Amino acid sequence: MEHTIAAISTSTMSSGGISIVRMSGKDAIETADKIFVSKNGKKLSEASSHTVHYGNIVDEDGNIIDEVLVIVMRAPNTYTREDVVEIDCHGGILVTRKVLEAAIKAGAKPAEPGEFTKRAFLNGRIDLSQAEAVIDVINSKNEYALKSSVSQLDGKLSAKIKEIREVILNHVAYIEAALDDPEHISLDNYVNNIEKDVDNCVDNVYKLLKTSDNGRIMRDGIRTVILGKTNAGKSSLLNALAKEERAIVTDIEGTTRDVLEEQVNLGGVTLNLVDTAGIRKTDDYVESIGVEKAKKYAQDADLVIFVVDSSRPLDKNDDDIISLIQNKNVIVLLNKSDMEQVVKPEDLKNLNKFSMVSISAKNETGLDKLEHAIKDMFFNGEISFNEEIYITNVRHKTLLQEALDSLHMVKDGINQGMSEDFLTIDLMTAYEKLGMIIGEEVEDDLADRIFSKFCMGK
Amino acid sequence: MKNLCETYDVVVVGAGHAGCEAALACARLGLNTICFTVSCESIAMMPCNPNIGGSSKGHLVREIDALGGEMGKNIDATFIQSKMLNKSKGPAVHSLRAQADKSDYSHRMRKIMENTDNLLVRQAEVSEIIVEDGIIKGVKTVSGASYFAKAVVLCTGVYLKAKCIFGDVSYETGPNGLLPANHLTQSLVDNGIEVRRFKTGTPARVDKRSIDFSKMTEQFGDERVVPFSFTTDPETVQKDQVSCWLTYTNEETHKIIRDNLDRSPLYAGVIHGTGPRYCPSIEDKVVRFADKERHQVFIEPEGLYTNEMYLGGMSSSMPEDVQYAMYRTVPGLENVKIVRNAYAIEYDCIDALQLKSTLEFKKIKGLFAGGQFNGSSGYEEAAAQGIIAGINAAMYVKNEEPLILDRSEAYIGVLIDDLVTKESTEPYRMMTSRAEYRLILRQDNADLRLSKYGHRVGLINDERMAKVELKEKQIAEEVERVKSVNIGTGKEVLDLLEKYGSTELKTGVTLAELVKRPELNYEILAPIDKHRPELAWDVAEQVNINLKYEGYIERQLRQVEHFKKLESKIIPDDIDYNEITGLRKEAMQKLNKMKPRSIGQASRISGVSPADISVLLVYMEQFRRKKM
Repeated sequence: MEHTIAAISTSTMSSGGISIVRMSGKDAIETADKIFVSKNGKKLSEASSHTVHYGNIVDEDGNIIDEVLVIVMRAPNTYTREDVVEIDCHGGILVTRKVLEAAIKAGAKPAEPGEFTKRAFLNGRIDLSQAEAVIDVINSKNEYALKSSVSQLDGKLSAKIKEIREVILNHVAYIEAALDDPEHISLDNYVNNIEKDVDNCVDNVYKLLKTSDNGRIMRDGIRTVILGKTNAGKSSLLNALAKEERAIVTDIEGTTRDVLEEQVNLGGVTLNLVDTAGIRKTDDYVESIGVEKAKKYAQDADLVIFVVDSSRPLDKNDDDIISLIQNKNVIVLLNKSDMEQVVKPEDLKNLNKFSMVSISAKNETGLDKLEHAIKDMFFNGEISFNEEIYITNVRHKTLLQEALDSLHMVKDGINQGMSEDFLTIDLMTAYEKLGMIIGEEVEDDLADRIFSKFCMGK
Repeated sequence: MKNLCETYDVVVVGAGHAGCEAALACARLGLNTICFTVSCESIAMMPCNPNIGGSSKGHLVREIDALGGEMGKNIDATFIQSKMLNKSKGPAVHSLRAQADKSDYSHRMRKIMENTDNLLVRQAEVSEIIVEDGIIKGVKTVSGASYFAKAVVLCTGVYLKAKCIFGDVSYETGPNGLLPANHLTQSLVDNGIEVRRFKTGTPARVDKRSIDFSKMTEQFGDERVVPFSFTTDPETVQKDQVSCWLTYTNEETHKIIRDNLDRSPLYAGVIHGTGPRYCPSIEDKVVRFADKERHQVFIEPEGLYTNEMYLGGMSSSMPEDVQYAMYRTVPGLENVKIVRNAYAIEYDCIDALQLKSTLEFKKIKGLFAGGQFNGSSGYEEAAAQGIIAGINAAMYVKNEEPLILDRSEAYIGVLIDDLVTKESTEPYRMMTSRAEYRLILRQDNADLRLSKYGHRVGLINDERMAKVELKEKQIAEEVERVKSVNIGTGKEVLDLLEKYGSTELKTGVTLAELVKRPELNYEILAPIDKHRPELAWDVAEQVNINLKYEGYIERQLRQVEHFKKLESKIIPDDIDYNEITGLRKEAMQKLNKMKPRSIGQASRISGVSPADISVLLVYMEQFRRKKM
């Protein structure tokens, strides 16, 4: 059996009902025992296969995270043919995530996209005819995860990580160059330089880890983009949904210069709303940046809300948007239902495949219909919720934690008076873990850095 | 006229550091072997620096020795100075380096070669390989003679279409004016082998009598010399050593170089081959590291037989007059007389991606390659590949399992895996940072790691193997014992701790815990370890390292476990990557070209993503079940 993996195996969307954290692998049961306290005091490792246990999931300090039912299933009669533990969580999605994190802290690795299915196949659980489908799952999930992981990492975060990596690589390169060519490059007192920088790196990684707890990375929902030509009422819609004056609403075209983001809860479904500048051919430089962003956001969105101004005839701008969103999940909002209706349903034949809802964002009427439309799409499975994004996030967080652990080991090494060649081992691990977050291959970084910075050799 | 025609088991082309190890391995394994050289006087010649070993290269020599190779014994017998580098650092980066008497080194190796049963050294230039239906059949020499063989090992070093250059002078010669091999390249190309051009260089040799050593710093060898070979009795290598000398370039040197850059073939575009970044010429250093005020110059003797001295750090391809001018700016070299000019050398070699991990060509059965021909640099790297290519040629002829060392077993494994898996645009040099598991791949435990493989193929005899096994057993037992010895807080203990500035003990601990303290070690603690058995120094050394760095070592062992899993997933030879629909195009192309032997190797190919690996695993399972 392979190492133990864990993931939330139900949709991470529903804010209510039961969600399941699933673990599979050789230490699945042992790992579960580390975070599960049974009401009857029994260990899961002593439980027979295919039994249900009642108790609490607790964190490192013994605080209760959630009251759960745990199902223990021993190999080989499981989905993956490995030992499997399923934890039925009841406390909602945030709590479920905490449970997953606890499992990861206890030693499980976040599952790769499609990994449960892959294991099921490799272990002979799924028959040969389904192999192609397994490959498809791996591929589609990966593509999605990759795309979302990149779209999600904002520039600041990856810049920060690059900065930390740069510091680490320079130290490793110096040390390795000196070890390689001790007669040319001296390591005397070098450890003093490392110590200070490692402390800084520890601080920085720790801060990143903190923000990943409550920052944007961890608050996902349906990534929703509001598109519509200028003055179609996008900002009014956002305000209506967010119930506060977040966007600047005026009658002047092009007021919304930047992209606004807001998280709203619509009947238990979380939307990450992005309001964009109206898409409009423009010479105005500042605004054109907004337009580009809008297009980019639309590409990454799970759901597009296309706001049509039903009081004005469709024009070139609407056509542009329509062509942009053909392959997306779209809800068409016919806004300004309070005014005279100029746009007729037959004008929108290119949008027939999408749900259409008529509202007045200004008067806040029709919002309930929008809510229903979203829920319909969601519950009928038209929006595949981006579970992968969440997995990516958990992976980022795990990697940050691992990088932090390695940096702490560097500090321990320094304190114990270990020589520099030991320190580089953990420095390099930290470097690699951080690199995995921003998707950079390590490969020949070190050799390149050594050769470019240090003059060595005969 | 009839041409000469002979038959052997194995033909080795070249008698440099790779060729010698390859030929010796084959002959010692009982195969009738012929080894070609352009000059019998140049066997195991050292055309560049006069030393063997150094950081990570010393590891390679130890490993070659543990497999039953010759390099370690040869340098032990012919060194004139020896140093353990990085002695103040961790054991993983301790590295032996010895100055060789170049002439002695070459002579001794020649004697060994000429007196090894089943081995004939033959002076002739090999001009063709004979291949039929993708299988090697032998070689032809320039004279038209044919030498048929079941396996051929190419170790042509820097001799293929070699060209030596300094200033606007260029000769078509090998190093030291030896004959180049101008014909073989075409035959290789005709047989579908892709060839490329690399370059390297060497500094001038100068007359010792023209050097003023009083302006330089003397560099001594170690007081207590450690031999390279595990079979060499340490007492036999304690002898008088010669010194090396250290001096520096200065602003004036750099100015001369800068003023004459237009006359450098490197910068004038005369040299086309790709040179190594880690071994730059002095003009490269001055250009690339413009802010450095001075560069070190090591003056090293070429041997006891000669007055020639090697100017380490100042390799160059500048014209003669510029060489003179720049060397004479260096303190101590004001009146220096050049014996041989510095020069750059260009040569044909291959991209080793065309080879399997056994060093056999993927396209031509029975054809193996080792050494600088494979795009590496360095004597030790060459010898390491030579012994593996030789062993695997022998295994091929004998129809036995090939020897592949993986990255967790040996620096040799890292070296060969890098060469055959990773794309490289310059001559490849070993470095300890290339080894992921270097705490395990130490130079002190090469015998424990590799003797079993040397024994399996037949290069290490039962007696030597039994010694290694005994050593292994003694280490394990002693480590266990030390972990169970309890140390109290008696006066003797406290006195000893105080003597070494170690924190006082409040309660008893195990001896192993004390060994772990940075200021203490196994040796130091002997007085308070009453029941210590008498053990050889090398056993004690292993016990100390194993205990002291236990935490780090165990972590690397866990990583190795994971690594081994992927390495052991062997990809069937007949897999067709074009059939695997889920692979991305780039990955499909790379995998088709490289045909990796295992999932582990596939995962190290640049352009193959983790998702591709998942797809490949699923496909392999599919493939396996279909075959069932």
